[in-house]
Amino acid sequence: MSDTKVPELNLAEMQRIAKGIRRRVLAHTLSNNGGYMSQACSAAELLAALYGGILNLEPLEEPIVPPQFLGVPVVGTTSVRDYQTGAQFHGPKNVNKDRFIISPAHYALVVYAALIETNRLREDGLDFFNQDGSTVEMIGAEHSPGFETTTGSLSQAISQAGGIAIARKIRGESGMTWVFMSDGEFQEGQTWEALQASAFHKLSKLRVIVDVNAGQCDGPMESVMSIEPLADKVRAFGWDVSVVDGHDLSELTEACLKEVEKPNMVLCYTDPVRGLPLLNERRPSLHYLRFKSEQEHAKYERAYEEMVK
Amino acid sequence: MSYEIVSRPHEQNFIDWSKDKPEVLVLTADLTNSCEVGRWRDTYPDRYFSMGMAEQNMMGMAAGLAREGFEPWLHTFAVFLYRRPLDQLQMSVAYPSLKVRLVGFLPGILTPGGVTHQAIEDIAVLRAVPNMTILEVGDATEAESVLDVAHAIDGPVYIRALRGEVSRIFPQSEPFLFNTARILSTGSDITLITSGIMTEEALRAIPLLEKREVGITHLHVSTLKPFTDPIVMKALTGAKYGVITMENHSIVGGLGSAVAELMAENGMGVPLKRIGLKDTYAHGASQKYLMAEYGLDAQSLVEVVETLLSKNLDISESELIESRTVSVHSSAKAEAL
Repeated sequence: MSDTKVPELNLAEMQRIAKGIRRRVLAHTLSNNGGYMSQACSAAELLAALYGGILNLEPLEEPIVPPQFLGVPVVGTTSVRDYQTGAQFHGPKNVNKDRFIISPAHYALVVYAALIETNRLREDGLDFFNQDGSTVEMIGAEHSPGFETTTGSLSQAISQAGGIAIARKIRGESGMTWVFMSDGEFQEGQTWEALQASAFHKLSKLRVIVDVNAGQCDGPMESVMSIEPLADKVRAFGWDVSVVDGHDLSELTEACLKEVEKPNMVLCYTDPVRGLPLLNERRPSLHYLRFKSEQEHAKYERAYEEMVK
Repeated sequence: MSYEIVSRPHEQNFIDWSKDKPEVLVLTADLTNSCEVGRWRDTYPDRYFSMGMAEQNMMGMAAGLAREGFEPWLHTFAVFLYRRPLDQLQMSVAYPSLKVRLVGFLPGILTPGGVTHQAIEDIAVLRAVPNMTILEVGDATEAESVLDVAHAIDGPVYIRALRGEVSRIFPQSEPFLFNTARILSTGSDITLITSGIMTEEALRAIPLLEKREVGITHLHVSTLKPFTDPIVMKALTGAKYGVITMENHSIVGGLGSAVAELMAENGMGVPLKRIGLKDTYAHGASQKYLMAEYGLDAQSLVEVVETLLSKNLDISESELIESRTVSVHSSAKAEAL
């Protein structure tokens, strides 16, 4: 890992963050009558582990208030881009620090919740979610908190992170370049192009962590397009692969800290209803939770009350 | 007297140009020698990255490198830079307006490789992409000097490049100037605007037309986006019988369309005739054969001029063949207007 890595990991703190992510996303989903709830249930521990100690990021002096959207990048005006980057929530870039690139932009709400729980986004940050003129967009882009690239068109982040990793390798930087992916992205051909190129160019400081929740927009992945056996496929592409229970923080953190000579992938097998079993009633459609009735809304309110007890 | 033929104008020139620019990298997709960068790779092995036949990933990795302050120059055939990886070009490169240089060889019907290798709508597609700059070289001098032009642009650039045996039409002392047309002749009957290899083709017909007292203002355009050059605006204003565009591209969305937009927006009420591929794919054959088949040659230009003037100019095919030998010098300096 990076030179200044603190090896002491506080799993209890990560546990607290994971709980906070689920709680905040559910609260938001209740007040907005909709939200990406199953993604919070599946990825809570994964993001808690990363933001809670695995990622070697510069700390922030205080949580950032999400800025208003200033406009799209325009040719000849790079200053706009520099000012607006969501990467500022990850602290200043540094040669021995990690970079964290978020690929599935549909997880934005979950990422924002994780940033609040780790004092990077101000607590009221979600009040700006999906509000006109705000950077706290529903499907985040590179101006949104935590986002460094524009990756709502899935599977494009791993290539961009690969390019960043090549650049950092040319400069001899010690920091890692991390990518958070969802399993659905392994249906895209570009993912496999990126895997082969990263292995070919020996990008050993590139690390990908995947929420394998086996769900996608149309339903369970095995009914849409199966990607298994994922670990075998990725290994065959020249990567080091760890397979973990994505809710077991000690397994997860151990895999993330493994020293390897190759590009490394941690496949986190997760449960899309973990921490909110009520969601089971929504199967097989878990991609987006919108309440069908007052009655259902009330049920989730009771689940929220249980959660905060 | 004929044009000097320059062999591989990009190859050594790009090596020399890159020497003091450590940020310049080359990425290729299995067409390294075909795009004249094999010796570049051997000269700067640490700055060369083979990406294999995987253009979507190449585009994304280029974006990552550009975000980190490098300037990746992607070399492959034009068609592989915008068709397969268009979403990657748009979302990874064009949206953040990154300094990625897309050097596309064999534009239009320059390749006998057939429909899969012929970039006939690249300008149309990329003109619609915000933040893109589109450049097209028309001779060896422009193939050499386009590097400085692209390098200076703070955003993504697509270049329709030339390789192999390339005519030198414009003197080396008159390099490619951004968004500045070259004025190759002046006259008040017709304004002719050509780009890329079509300029050399048009130059075969111009002396014969002038001999028959047809006044032609002929511009060579090498910046296709932005399309805001006052030299072009002025030349369009002066056309008595009409305007002709001539491009190695579909007549939909390219130079002809860009000129049509300018004319319409400025209320220029003269006819516009667009020479180019008439909304059709082409097929695998020689450049000369395809130019004649699809009406992209000097003969076709003569016929369009005749239509605009409603007059038979009595120019024979043999005259056009003989006239290939004329040498011209550009009066492309902006102050010449």
